[in-house]
Amino acid sequence: MEQSSKQFTGAEILIRCLHEENVEFVFGYPGGAVLNIYDAIFHQDKFKHILVRHEQAALHAADAYSRSTGKVGVALVTSGPGATNAVTGIATAYMDSIPMVIISGQVPTYAIGEDAFQECDTVGITRPCVKHNFLVKDVKDIAATMKKAFYVASSGRPGPVLVDIPKDITAHLCAFEYPETVQLRSYSPVTKGHLGQIKKALKLLAEAKRPMVYSGGGVVLGDASAHLIKLIQALDIPITSTLMGLGGFPASDKHFLGMLGMHGTYEANMAMQECDVLLAVGARFDDRVIGNTEHFLSNPRTIIHIDIDPSSISKRVKIDVPIVGDVKSVLADMNDLIAAEKPAQNTVALAAWFKQIKAWRGKNCLSFAQSTEFIKPQYVIQKLHEVTKGEAFVTSDVGQHQMWAAQYYPFDKPRRWINSGGLGTMGVGLPYAMGVQFAHPEAQVACVTGEGSIQMNIQELSTCLQYHLPIKVILLNNRYLGMVRQWQEFFYENRYSESYMESLPDFVKLAEAYGHVGMRIENPRDVDGALVEAFSPKLKDRFVFMNFLTDQKENVFPMIPGGKGLSVMILAENL
Amino acid sequence: MRHIISLLMENESGALSRVAGLFSARGYNIESLTVAATEDPTLSRMTIVTSGSEAVIEQIIKQLNKLIDVVKVLDLNDGKFIERELMLVKVKATGAFREEMKRMCDIFRGRIIDVADGSFTIELTGSGNKLDAFIESLDKAAILETVRTGASGIGRGDRILKV
Repeated sequence: MEQSSKQFTGAEILIRCLHEENVEFVFGYPGGAVLNIYDAIFHQDKFKHILVRHEQAALHAADAYSRSTGKVGVALVTSGPGATNAVTGIATAYMDSIPMVIISGQVPTYAIGEDAFQECDTVGITRPCVKHNFLVKDVKDIAATMKKAFYVASSGRPGPVLVDIPKDITAHLCAFEYPETVQLRSYSPVTKGHLGQIKKALKLLAEAKRPMVYSGGGVVLGDASAHLIKLIQALDIPITSTLMGLGGFPASDKHFLGMLGMHGTYEANMAMQECDVLLAVGARFDDRVIGNTEHFLSNPRTIIHIDIDPSSISKRVKIDVPIVGDVKSVLADMNDLIAAEKPAQNTVALAAWFKQIKAWRGKNCLSFAQSTEFIKPQYVIQKLHEVTKGEAFVTSDVGQHQMWAAQYYPFDKPRRWINSGGLGTMGVGLPYAMGVQFAHPEAQVACVTGEGSIQMNIQELSTCLQYHLPIKVILLNNRYLGMVRQWQEFFYENRYSESYMESLPDFVKLAEAYGHVGMRIENPRDVDGALVEAFSPKLKDRFVFMNFLTDQKENVFPMIPGGKGLSVMILAENL
Repeated sequence: MRHIISLLMENESGALSRVAGLFSARGYNIESLTVAATEDPTLSRMTIVTSGSEAVIEQIIKQLNKLIDVVKVLDLNDGKFIERELMLVKVKATGAFREEMKRMCDIFRGRIIDVADGSFTIELTGSGNKLDAFIESLDKAAILETVRTGASGIGRGDRILKV
């Protein structure tokens, strides 16, 4: 009772809520509407505030902190431009279902609606790209709202939740009591899958002649990796993964066919098209994954879909056996059933299926012609994998380099591959690397990027200096907006409209200007040495910016042209 | 196909825009939308008239359920239901029109709720089709103004939407 009678300001209450949620880092940028909150931060040391150079980077860093740890990422921005700058980061997290709580300052309640200085309708602007948002109108509501925000963000299908707090509310006084539980009559996500459906699914999988598993980001987000590995090993069936699911199943396992989709492997896409029973786990039949829906459905197959979000099921493709539930719980139930029932499988058909898959693998679709003249971007990634022993956290931006990183850096563990899959946000790579490095100070963190993307958040080199982040930037610099150039080459008769990056800065000098180590690598024979040096003990504590001047005309293969079917792949010219 | 969806949601500012925003963001049709607080002031009840293929309607229901403020959703078309809409029509009521309007109003079981020198205001309740039929049966030149509430719906018998 004594504690509850003590009065705190709204700002102090907010900070205490973050303490109650065991928040380690708050990524943010101060401003007028959040001055009370920043003053309360000054008086505490339980979490560390990370000062970025642009609000967008605060959001991405908090997002990557979450992606690499599974915990809720927290960002703090001021009203008006602080909030609008955050929108790209919020939308990025929303598209990939990343649990985050974003606190935005708002003009005082009495000024709302009067076009006050730095006022914007933050709740209105962010509504379509958050899981939920709140405007706190009374200091007494702060604690309960924060509790709800963390609960909603991290339960069910996760996502970003924004809490908008007017400045006067952060100064008002009230007692503090953090609710122990939260109950929302309108929100109760299902976790347990329907056992009847699970049994039906298992029977279908066991009896299948050409079974296939397709796993997505839900496996990573749901920490279901171990259960998925167990299932695949028990049934001995092939598996592919989406861009977002990479690492959810070990890439080095013999059952793994590589990534599928627009730039997926030949074997993954063919098996996806030709299978007779498909199990989708925490994936959503995205347009970049199954290509043309009609073409995909032209080959009849029975589809089982496990997903925590009912609206993901039968959204783009009609599902035969839907299982709504937490992927981890459903996979655990499946594994228990297999152990108990030991279902008989069609081993003859399975052997023939693996023989067919082996033939597809024989295409060796990711092989590329080495060159002594130009640095091949694929080779840089392969070498990065070798030098980091496959143990690095790899963040990427968006474009060709992202696809090469996904194709040539095989991930064996979940939460190691950090990129923007849904929204495809250029500029995430560097702030993503920051968020990962804060969460894992001892880990090797590589940011694979392009000269287009890196310039979208290049100001964060300053943040990396301030916090001594030993990130290694792998810039695959082809002096083109590579993916745009590739599409222009294929579909616009080589009319390279505005896709050439002229007037690039001297990245070595730029890195050095920010107090970092810069390297320029032009010759293929220098690639190995440069990477070894960058990851050597000598530079272990340094931020290294590696500018690889790569082959300007290299394309990403295989490629399914937009709107075409999964088996309609363009392969590299040497195949 | 036309569907009438009923839902209960938290009676909070912004809840309506979440629903309206969902329909525009995902390209779903809204024919009409009505909303008001229920006997429990913390809850609002909304009736949405929409149309789409079965797959689209299924997605609409799922997406509505996903909104945090939405407590319960019911597709009234899944069973028997009653639909009512209120319309106010101001019509010319001069000369021959005056008698004619009175007669039409009686035929459709409407009520004249305002009488002025040159006009009547008629109140009419019924299904959307009935209101349409009334409008069609009037001389276009006689209609001065119309306002409709959009449909409200409720399940028949023991089909009850309640928390």
